[in-house]
Amino acid sequence: MKKIFSRPESLKDTPHLYCPGCGHGIIHRLIAEVIDELGVREKTIGVAPVGCAVFAYDYFNFDVTEAPHGRPPAVATGIKRVLPDRVVFTYQGDGDLAAIGTAEIIHAAARSENITVIFVNNANYGMTGGQMAPTTLIGQKTSTTPEGRIENCHGLPIKVSELMAIFDGVSYIERTAVNTPKNILRTRKAIKMAFEAQIENKGLSLVEILSQCPVEWHMNPVVSAKWLDEEMLKFYPLGVIKG
Amino acid sequence: MEKKTLMKGNIAIAQGAIDGGLDAYFGYPITPQNEIPEFMSKKLPEINKVFIQAESELASINMVMGSAVAGFRSMTSSSSPGISLMQEGLSYLCGCELPCLIVNVQRGGPGLGNISGSQADYFQTVKGGGHGDYRLIAFAPDSVQEMYDFSLLSFELSEKYRNPVMILTDGVLGQMMEPIVVAIHEPRATSHEPRATKNWALDGCAGRKPRLIRSLLMVEGELEKHNWHLNRKYDDITKSEVKYEIVGHKDADVFIVAYGIVARICKSVIKDAGSKVGLIRPITLWPFPSEIISEIASPGKKKFLTVEMNLGQMVEDVKLSVNGKSPVEFLGRPGGGLVTAEEILQKLKGML
Repeated sequence: MKKIFSRPESLKDTPHLYCPGCGHGIIHRLIAEVIDELGVREKTIGVAPVGCAVFAYDYFNFDVTEAPHGRPPAVATGIKRVLPDRVVFTYQGDGDLAAIGTAEIIHAAARSENITVIFVNNANYGMTGGQMAPTTLIGQKTSTTPEGRIENCHGLPIKVSELMAIFDGVSYIERTAVNTPKNILRTRKAIKMAFEAQIENKGLSLVEILSQCPVEWHMNPVVSAKWLDEEMLKFYPLGVIKG
Repeated sequence: MEKKTLMKGNIAIAQGAIDGGLDAYFGYPITPQNEIPEFMSKKLPEINKVFIQAESELASINMVMGSAVAGFRSMTSSSSPGISLMQEGLSYLCGCELPCLIVNVQRGGPGLGNISGSQADYFQTVKGGGHGDYRLIAFAPDSVQEMYDFSLLSFELSEKYRNPVMILTDGVLGQMMEPIVVAIHEPRATSHEPRATKNWALDGCAGRKPRLIRSLLMVEGELEKHNWHLNRKYDDITKSEVKYEIVGHKDADVFIVAYGIVARICKSVIKDAGSKVGLIRPITLWPFPSEIISEIASPGKKKFLTVEMNLGQMVEDVKLSVNGKSPVEFLGRPGGGLVTAEEILQKLKGML
């Protein structure tokens, strides 16, 4: 019988420990599929963040290093500059990239570092118990905004893709989501475009992936996919932002 | 081959690192060490190596981490406030066991302080300024020659133990010019040679199993095991890598303990003070030369005088080494004040 579906080589045969309905597992698989498809598994080096996705290194079947919170773009810079022919990517959450690591991502973009950034936006700090993130929506309840995020108290959410688009050194930016099969397929395409941009030496490429966090959103997986559709997409429209 | 040349301390550190096979330098401007990044920005591109002026010291130390992860010889340099910002990175580098060189050309503190030479970062360097149980191998040169020599030596040493090396110097030595002897050889063309022996470095998993570099060890007991492993390594370093210099007679009545530029001043004092005064100069601040200090200490016969450009930091380690066997006195000046030979002589008169 012909085998038509299997685990990508870039993904280890390890059960994921992510929460039920979490988007990280889907995103890991999409990255692994793209890396296999591009035939670059043996020259890929991943940089894992601090946050839920630090465990990415337990699942990817290629070289991965850890980085301090927010610093993956600096660590990736150090790797890529000494090994320019390798494929180097960071996998970062919204706290990692858009709060504590803002300086690192902005300056990696300003230097047009030839790396790929997979930015997972789930509008809260999943790992630490669902606190407010820089991407938390106005009105969204989190464990540190119990009455909902209030504009004149907690500040406004950051649109990372739009912010990054102003840098000439950034070659490709797309915002996608992993809440529906259609959006998942589009995310896969965007990840491939981003890695291809790096392989073609075009400078920094970034995919912002809106992802569900059912446990910390206090919703079941179906409702969280719907909430992403109805609430997050209003503020974070999908599409190619630069490319 | 060797040649004699006149060189500034900061430049000697930079040249020593290049001669030691430096592949990548990352830094952020701060006085009094700017000669290092300026020199690197000119020299490294000429030999096809990496120079980046980072957006902050946080970025510098993490770029160092990236290049070290890939198995390349990497360094950064800064001065006290910048080194404070790097403490997070140092903790990670030690946890992940990544070799690299960090240079601290100390200035006066606390806070923004001033730009005079200082030794106020001793605690930060040898007691661990970052979180967790970790150690840095710390050299304290007292001449421009040693700045060159230790910089050159640092990569091999840090690779041997998979541990960061710090050169702890100060604004006085950094800005001082002296004639030194440098090696004349072509810097290593590439890092293939050292990298080939690094069976942990990440460079893509072609022909081997994927590798992982991390300091997060969540499985019960795993982190304790890792810490015990680090501790065994630190014990090995303590056994094998202590460096110190003794000046004067071993049977002198008073022993000064001083390092770096202060040791240099003390050497001139000893010449004038005669045979009753000796000097123990720690060259490695960690591992600290406790054994020799303990050996020299004896009840009723010896006295120690620790001289530092701070309010009393290394003196604590001297006291621990002496362990109550002899009196230990302290002379110091903080905030960039340079201890003078006259002040030291005056203090010695009271002790002899």
